[in-house]
This record gives sequence, C-alpha cells and structure tokens, in this order.
Amino acid sequence: MPRLSYLKALNRALGDELARDDDVFLLGEDIRVGASNVTAGLFKRFGPDRVLDTPLSEQAFTSFATGAALAGMRPVIEFQIPSLLFLVFEQIVNHAHKFPLMTGGQCAAPVTYLVPGSGSRTGWAGQHSDHPYSLFAHVGITTVVPATPADAYGLLVSAIRHDDPVVVFAPAGALGVRADVDFAALAPVPLGVGAVRRAGTDVTVVAVGHLVHDALAVADDLAGTVSVEVFDPRTLYPFDWDGLAASVTRTGRLVVVDDSNRSCGIAGEIIATLAERGVPLAAPPARVTRPDGAVLPFAQALDRAVQPSREQLTAAIHHVTKDG
Amino acid sequence: MTEPEAVRLYRTVRLIRRFEERAIDLVRSGAIVGGIHPYLGQEGVAAGVCGALRADDIVAGTHRGHGHVLAKGADPARMLAELCGRANGLNRGRGGSMHAADFGVGVYGANAIVGASGAIITGAVWALRRRGGDQVGVSFFGDGAVNEGMLLEAFNLAALWRVPVIFVCEDNGYATTMPVDSAVAGTVAGRAEAFGIRSTLVDGQDPEAVRDATAAAVDRARASGAPELIEARTYRFDAHHTFEHAVRLDYRDPAEVTRGRSRDPVTIQGDRLPDEVRERVDTEIEDLLAGAVEFALAGPEPDPAGALDHLYASGLVARTGSH
Ligand SMILES: Cc1ncc(C[n+]2csc(CCOP(=O)(O)OP(=O)(O)O)c2C)c(N)n1
Repeated sequence: MPRLSYLKALNRALGDELARDDDVFLLGEDIRVGASNVTAGLFKRFGPDRVLDTPLSEQAFTSFATGAALAGMRPVIEFQIPSLLFLVFEQIVNHAHKFPLMTGGQCAAPVTYLVPGSGSRTGWAGQHSDHPYSLFAHVGITTVVPATPADAYGLLVSAIRHDDPVVVFAPAGALGVRADVDFAALAPVPLGVGAVRRAGTDVTVVAVGHLVHDALAVADDLAGTVSVEVFDPRTLYPFDWDGLAASVTRTGRLVVVDDSNRSCGIAGEIIATLAERGVPLAAPPARVTRPDGAVLPFAQALDRAVQPSREQLTAAIHHVTKDG
Repeated sequence: MTEPEAVRLYRTVRLIRRFEERAIDLVRSGAIVGGIHPYLGQEGVAAGVCGALRADDIVAGTHRGHGHVLAKGADPARMLAELCGRANGLNRGRGGSMHAADFGVGVYGANAIVGASGAIITGAVWALRRRGGDQVGVSFFGDGAVNEGMLLEAFNLAALWRVPVIFVCEDNGYATTMPVDSAVAGTVAGRAEAFGIRSTLVDGQDPEAVRDATAAAVDRARASGAPELIEARTYRFDAHHTFEHAVRLDYRDPAEVTRGRSRDPVTIQGDRLPDEVRERVDTEIEDLLAGAVEFALAGPEPDPAGALDHLYASGLVARTGSH
C-alpha cells in the first residue's frame, strides 16, 4: 500500500475539497508557494481566486473569512504559527462563533481554521510552541486534533463541510507521521467520534494528537505487564463521551495525556466528566500535561521537560494500576 | 433630487428619530433592559447612505446601530420587538439592540465590537461578487473606531483586493467621552488616503448631501471595485448610552450641545417638504410606530428552554450547565 504523510494528507484534503466545492477557498500567509507545504501546488491548480495569499493582517483576514462565510462561502484559513490564534481569538470567538445565535439563526459561519505545526516545533521557543486547543474547546468551537494521516485527511474534509467554525490543530509532532493508506479508502471522518487505537483491558489512556503515537509506543513497551487501551478522541469539542465511557467502563482505570496546560485543560474536563457520569474507577485517575501556565523554554532539554513525556505517561500508568 | 426621493429621505430620518424616542421611553419604562445607544442627531447619515444603496447591497453597523438597520429596510415592529427581547423580534430575542440583524434586507448586523464591521463586510462583499453579484457593502463605524488596527487592516485588504466597500465614518466628535481631537492623530481621510482609498467629507446633518456623496461613491465603487471612504461630520444629540444620565458624565460644553442640536437632520430635510407632505409622513410614522410598540409589547417572551437554540448552525446541541 502507498505511504501517505500527514502533511500530504492535509494537502490532499484541501485539494479535494477545492475541486469538489466552488465555495471553498483558502487564505493565509505565503500559501501561494505553500511555505508550510500544506498548500503546495494548490495555487497552480486553482488560481488566485481560490488560493488567496494574504498580507500580514491576521485580524482582518480572519474576519474577512467570517464575512465570506456569512455570504455563503466556506473559507479555510491556514495560520503559520499557533500563537496567531491568540491574535484572532476575538475574531473567531466573538464573531464567527457568536453570529448564528446572536442573529437568532439567520446565518452560519462555516470557517475552517487550520493550524499546521501546533505545539512544540523544537527550538522555536516561547512564542511559537503553544498548543491552545483547550481554549477553543472551552468556548465551544468545534476543535479537532488528528493524530494519523487518514484522520488528518478525513477530519479536515469534515471540518470544511461542517456548518460551524472548526479549528483543526495539526500537531507539529504528528506532521512527520506516515502511514500505509489505501488512497481510495480515504474518506471524511465524522466530527465528534473517537477511536480506540489499541484495545486493552487494564487502563484507558486518552491521548490527544501526536501523543497518540507516544501512548501506542508506551502500550507496546508495557505489553505483557499492563494491558493498555489507547483512546484517541480525535475531536475535543464536541467530545465522544459515550465512546470514552464505554472504554473506561471496560478497563476501570483512566490516564489522560494532553499537550496543553494543566489548569482548565482538556485533561481536567475529561476526568471531571467521567467522574460526573459515575463511571466506576478502580483507582483515582491521572493526567499528564504541560505545567500550569507553561511557556516553552528554548533549550531542547528545557523544551522537552515541559511537554508530556513517555516516561511520565509510563509512570502514570504504573501509578493508577499499581493496586491491580 | 426628485420630490419622492426627498420624501423618502425625510421618512427615514423621521422614522429613526421617532423610533429612538420610543425606544428611550421603553428603556425608562423597563420594557427594554440593558439600555440602548441612541442614534439621535445622526439619522441623516444612515438615511443618506442607505438611500443610495440597492436592496441587495449589504451593510454592517455598530453598537449605535438602530438607524443603520432601519434605514436598510428592516421592519420597525420586529426591530422594536428585538430590543424588548421578544421571540418575534428580528433575532428572535437573541441579539437585542447591539446585534440587531436582518440578513433578508442585507443587514449583516449591528456589532458591539468597535471597528469589527469593516473586515466582515469586506469578506462578505468579496464573496457576493465572486459568486457573480455586483453588490457593494457599507461598513459604518465611529470616529473612535479609526484607531482600531483591525479596521485599518480591512482598509488595506479592501483596497488591495479591490472590494467595493464604502467605509462610512460617522464622526460625531466623541468616542464615549473621548473627543476626536484627543484621539485621532492626523485625519480620518488621511488614513484612507494612506491606503489609496478615495475619501469624501460630507455634512452628516444634511441627508441629501450624504445621499449624493454616497451615490457617487457607490457608482465608482460598483464600477471599479475600489473601496471608498465617506467621513460624515455629525453630532450625537443625546448621551452615549441611556445609562449615561445615571452616572452624570460631564464632558460636553452645554453651549456645544446646543450648537450641535441646532443642526437637526430631521428639520433640515423636513424644511424641504411642503407642510402637508411632511404632516402626512409624520402621521404615517406615528401610526406605524404605535403599531410597532403594540407588536413588540405583545410579543411572546422566548422560551428559556431554548436559550441556546441557534448556537450551532450544524445542529450540534451543547451540553447543559447542570444536571
Ligand atoms: C473594541 C472595543 N473597544 C471598546 C469598546 C467599548 N465601547 C463601546 S462604544 C465605544 C465608543 C465608540 O466610539 P465611536 O467609534 O466614535 O462610536 P460612537 O459611540 O461615537 O458612535 C466604546 C469605547 C467596544 N465595544 N469595542
């Protein structure tokens, strides 16, 4: 089977959607030449009306996309770095997200915000290494974090076809992932549906984005000692609570590994919701996250020290399974 | 200008004036909660600008947005019902004064974030034209908004991408209490010129002057795609917001207020009509607004069970906040 890289999957999804629906268009900085590779070749294929290279005007082009969406189109914005989301949080949250309710249902704002290279890119330091997906889940914007090439394709396609704003975080740590994929089988992946990546019986590890691969590696290492089930939520908002509850009901133990900050992060939400649902746990749950208020330091050892690691995940798994 | 157009302009300024006065009464009686930002004194701008637009052209406004929404053709009764938070309001009671919208008549909403409408309307007009239309759009904003970076970014995008947006600055002299002279370095027109945008200065108290200036700008923009800026000098007769009286802000010289109020767009346009025509229009509007008040106050309260209806166009239902 042919190999598909995560980056190529995003590129393919954009190309397929541009070809399928004339209302889809792309905008972003340096996307004409595809500086991030995500839009490579699309300008040549679709031209300047469909692939708009923007000036460095994040706030205006984000609201420009909102306006175009209100007028019936389906814009996809590529952001060069995740911290630009802080700059346009207002435009996304206060306008695109709020317009349908505030107008009493008169309009929709189907914009896709694509953030390739979210999280640490290794050596890009404090202002280029955030992974702010929990913020968007908190405000109730559909938030997806694909882990695999097939999901990168399928979730991006679904995001573009979705009638509400969607933020798609493509973690830097996943961009290099390749997988054997039957290209003909590439298909939309429904939003809000998680996937069990590996079945297990002793503990459910919820892993977000690139951390799915770490969780799978840890599960391999522990095979024979602890049977780890790896649950990939794929969409953080809305979350597949039923899928996760079913998994945790089977295993009775829960560890969440999430590359966002601890306080008010998605890991806390996952643990709280399962507790609320009364899913019986044989041991208190654990979470492995970035520290509270983390700013990624530059030096590599420091950068890594702030991100969830396989060692931390292994320790957490041992901790919640020690009595079992 | 033909007589019917003069009448039409008068009808609009008079409608907005009397609508605002009724709305202020309803704030005082408690039927409108949260207050409003009265447009009193600035009616000539909305009436003149919207009077030069086609029905399918689009506009987006501000927190002081009633005039823009009404001048573009929204139903005053449903608008008033919206201000009263009723289920039969324009936005089904979900928007209120600062978010009143009527996409059916091209109103992409009043918007409570200063300077926000510029980029939204630029994107919307770009989209309509890409889909084969020849609409223009209007972004209304105050003098305070010209210090918002996003609005200036929107000037750049509209000029660069040749999007026919008419940026209408309603210079009423103040951003809340901040005088324009203390807030704007250079000039409003100068900011437009920096982006290669043609600007026109107009007397915002004269509805016909605004209409003529806008018609010329719209013709140019529709033909060429280039954006335009209109700076309308106007005056806010009343408080920034209906709560201002409660806090008794002191920032305008009473003599200035008297001077400002002496140039009233309703009178200026009314004086252009024969008495009997003006009286007929006045009566029509009184009847219309009496009906509107009745409609609004009789409107049903929205069902609290549906408080988050319309949150998601996709039909997603949000989790509730408690069991
Ligand atoms: C971005 C932003 N900053 C501040 C406010 C609070 N605010 C509401 S109205 C207003 C004054 C706006 O002045 P101007 O743009 O001149 O419009 P005017 O009220 O005079 O019509 C301010 C500061 C806001 N709503 N949005």
